[in-house]
Amino acid sequence: MAEDGKEESVASSCDGSDRTEPDGSLNHTVPGDGSSLLRRMEICVAEAERRSGKNAVGMQETFTVYLIETRLLESVDGRNPPPDSLWRRYSEFELLRNYLIVTYPFIVMPPLPEKRAEFVWHKLSADNMDPDFVERRRVGLENFLLRVASHPVLSNDKILYHFLTKEHGWKEMVYETEFQAKADSRLRALNATFRVRSPNKPLMETKHYSDELQSHTSQLLRARTRVADRLYAVYKVHGNYGRVFSEWSAIEKEMGDGLQSAGHHMDAYAASIDDILEEEEHYADQLKEYLFYAEALRAVCRKHELTQFELEMASQDLVSKKQQREELATGIVRTFSFKGMTNKLFGQEAPEQREARLNLLEELIAEGEEAVKDKTAECEEYVERAWADVLRFKDQKDKDLQEALINYAHMQISMCKKGIQIWSNARECFLKM
Amino acid sequence: MSVSAPRGLASSGQKLITEILHPLSAAEEQLSPGPDVSSSSSSSSSVGGGKEPGLTNGTPVEMSNPAPASQLLNRLQLDDDLDADAQDLTETRDLFVTVDDPKKHVSTMETYITYRVSTKTTRIEFDLPEYSVRRRYQDFDWLRTKLEDSQPTHLIPPLPEKFVMKGVVDRFSEDFVETRMKALDKFLKRVADHPVLSFNPHLNAFLTAKDLNKRQGLALLTKVGESVKQVAGGYKLRPRPVEFCAMGEYLDTFSQKLGTLDRIAQRILKEQSEYLTELREYGAVYSSWAGSEEQLQRPLEGVAGCVTTCCGALEDASENMSQDFLPVLREYVLYIESMKNVLRKRDQTQAEYEGRLEAAILHKQEDRTPIPVEVERCQDKVECFNADLKADWERWQRNKRQDFKQLLTGMADKNINYYEKCQAAWESLITVLQDKQTEDKTSETN
Repeated sequence: MAEDGKEESVASSCDGSDRTEPDGSLNHTVPGDGSSLLRRMEICVAEAERRSGKNAVGMQETFTVYLIETRLLESVDGRNPPPDSLWRRYSEFELLRNYLIVTYPFIVMPPLPEKRAEFVWHKLSADNMDPDFVERRRVGLENFLLRVASHPVLSNDKILYHFLTKEHGWKEMVYETEFQAKADSRLRALNATFRVRSPNKPLMETKHYSDELQSHTSQLLRARTRVADRLYAVYKVHGNYGRVFSEWSAIEKEMGDGLQSAGHHMDAYAASIDDILEEEEHYADQLKEYLFYAEALRAVCRKHELTQFELEMASQDLVSKKQQREELATGIVRTFSFKGMTNKLFGQEAPEQREARLNLLEELIAEGEEAVKDKTAECEEYVERAWADVLRFKDQKDKDLQEALINYAHMQISMCKKGIQIWSNARECFLKM
Repeated sequence: MSVSAPRGLASSGQKLITEILHPLSAAEEQLSPGPDVSSSSSSSSSVGGGKEPGLTNGTPVEMSNPAPASQLLNRLQLDDDLDADAQDLTETRDLFVTVDDPKKHVSTMETYITYRVSTKTTRIEFDLPEYSVRRRYQDFDWLRTKLEDSQPTHLIPPLPEKFVMKGVVDRFSEDFVETRMKALDKFLKRVADHPVLSFNPHLNAFLTAKDLNKRQGLALLTKVGESVKQVAGGYKLRPRPVEFCAMGEYLDTFSQKLGTLDRIAQRILKEQSEYLTELREYGAVYSSWAGSEEQLQRPLEGVAGCVTTCCGALEDASENMSQDFLPVLREYVLYIESMKNVLRKRDQTQAEYEGRLEAAILHKQEDRTPIPVEVERCQDKVECFNADLKADWERWQRNKRQDFKQLLTGMADKNINYYEKCQAAWESLITVLQDKQTEDKTSETN
């Protein structure tokens, strides 16, 4: 298969020393010492800007571009290297990610921030052009780059490197890898249903886990949205106290001042929920990242199933060919075959024909055995690499989510403190009534 | 009793009396810095075992409840930090009343609740220093009607609502009985605090008689009372003097604002209840997620636990709002209605006076005979009425200020309390989670 060469170069090491270039395909790895890209280079997505231009079909459109700034950390000739920057659209990030998925199918691929705003609580805008959404997306894109650039395997990829450094011509470079063809066939295969006889148990358990993770994170995101909506209402209704206290204070003598000031604090209370919920969006974004990560995890397991299935098919094919050879050689028919039927109906074939068929079969069997050997190796290697990354992912997930939960708790504490402060102020005013 | 100068007390206007300890009550009374208005603390300290209306048939109990004199003194000293009103500081109370201990009575005819009414006093109008009787709502209603009839120039505090829709509200539920009892306690305390009303013989009967024979009635209706009652609506109403106009306007606006406050409070309760529902589900998701995790199980369970704690705290806060806050608002609306009635009666009295005066002047245009006696009497009536009303108004304003100060401060306290509980829960979770983090880090480096 034409793809073999590419897969070999990919499957070879991450150490970059192997720079074979079969079939003129690009070398995927970058020369380096094998440590992650992030250690050698600072990366950030600094800004977002609106642009308009003509798209592929010549229509005017507005889109957002993001400024990627990079700076090499090692000084060259004793001088600090200047920072470099280029602009990229969201679609280019998508292209990069798709390329990486196809090229490194055994890696649990870091996800991109969502394309459209989902799990939105009512006050938050679902508009892609909304500045808050754009800002959160900028943060998400930066997070994606940082994750990829710090990954032991992904960070050495050449296309990634050029994504960060080569503004023009990068797209062409990606298309030249012809990853697109692989992408389509992969997608088709992953969507197909097939049964695998002996899948790798740990990976299958991981697939089951990924379903759970996906279900729980999406449930949590939905529940959080509903809670946010309700909490918003509770705070805002308190604003009415502000108005009533103010009106009431107008008809009071001694009570008036206290009521009036208390009213202001009620207004402040009602207003405080906006910032609180805005901050909580960061927490939601962290959950979303792992919602999408769950999908990526699942894909890794499915790819294994596919590979294993192909292996089983190839083995099956080999077995049946060997049986055919046996039948041909011994004349004993064990299995049904059309040749056998036609032989019965139209008489046996001539010995020369049989000879020819036998030889063909031997060739096919030889090829089949090669195929099975290759496929088995492919499978084993895949399982090994996938499992390594699954373990890495699990560790990362545990750390990240624990951190996220701690941050969430801090947010809640700060909300409580704010509430106490405002109500204490109001209480002071009431005491002065 | 006439509406002349009240005996004993120089003024009134101080807040509701603090609690009298019943020797049977186990709970300690709460000495709060302000006057102990909110019946929540008062009744909780003496209701002791009376939280649930017992199913036993209660019998009127007469016990002596000696309270140590030092406690009485303590209570009096609490009134210091209130109004700078000079009058209030010299006040000494000599009549203390409490309503507590609700009990259910089941008879063949009906089922009803009675409350224990305890009295402690040094007044000579009372034969004994202490009394304890059982009364039901009907009896309070009787008392109020009698007070209104016999003291028409005075503002009578309101009672909690009489009628409840049988199907909608459970008349015997703990919450309903408690809320009603608190309101009855407040009513009685306000009456006992009033320099005139507290000397009313009907009150005396209410507090002391073993069996309140309401049909008999007491033949002590005041003459003024009778004659004021007899003021027919036949006299043309005159324009109100400015000060009473201002009162009327104030009452209208205030009543409006109270209505708005009530609506806002109810809306908040509703929103809080919906928030609570969602919050519970939210906590449950964390729990269920914890089930599929290993390292993250404890942190996720921890968060679920915190959310549950917050749910509990919110429930408490909401319950407080509906039990303590709303009833007081509603009671004041009733109070305002009473006050408006008194204003109207005053208007009628004035109308009668000016009507008679005009008639008298017309008749006696020719003579020089002095103004007839009835006209003079009417003039007296009007002046007394105006004076009483003004005094009551001042008292009412002071009480209102205290009541609302306490009410709103209470509301603020409840909210602060709620947030404090939540904050504590989250802070302890962080400690647990951070300990775990350092645990993990050290095991990593090993």
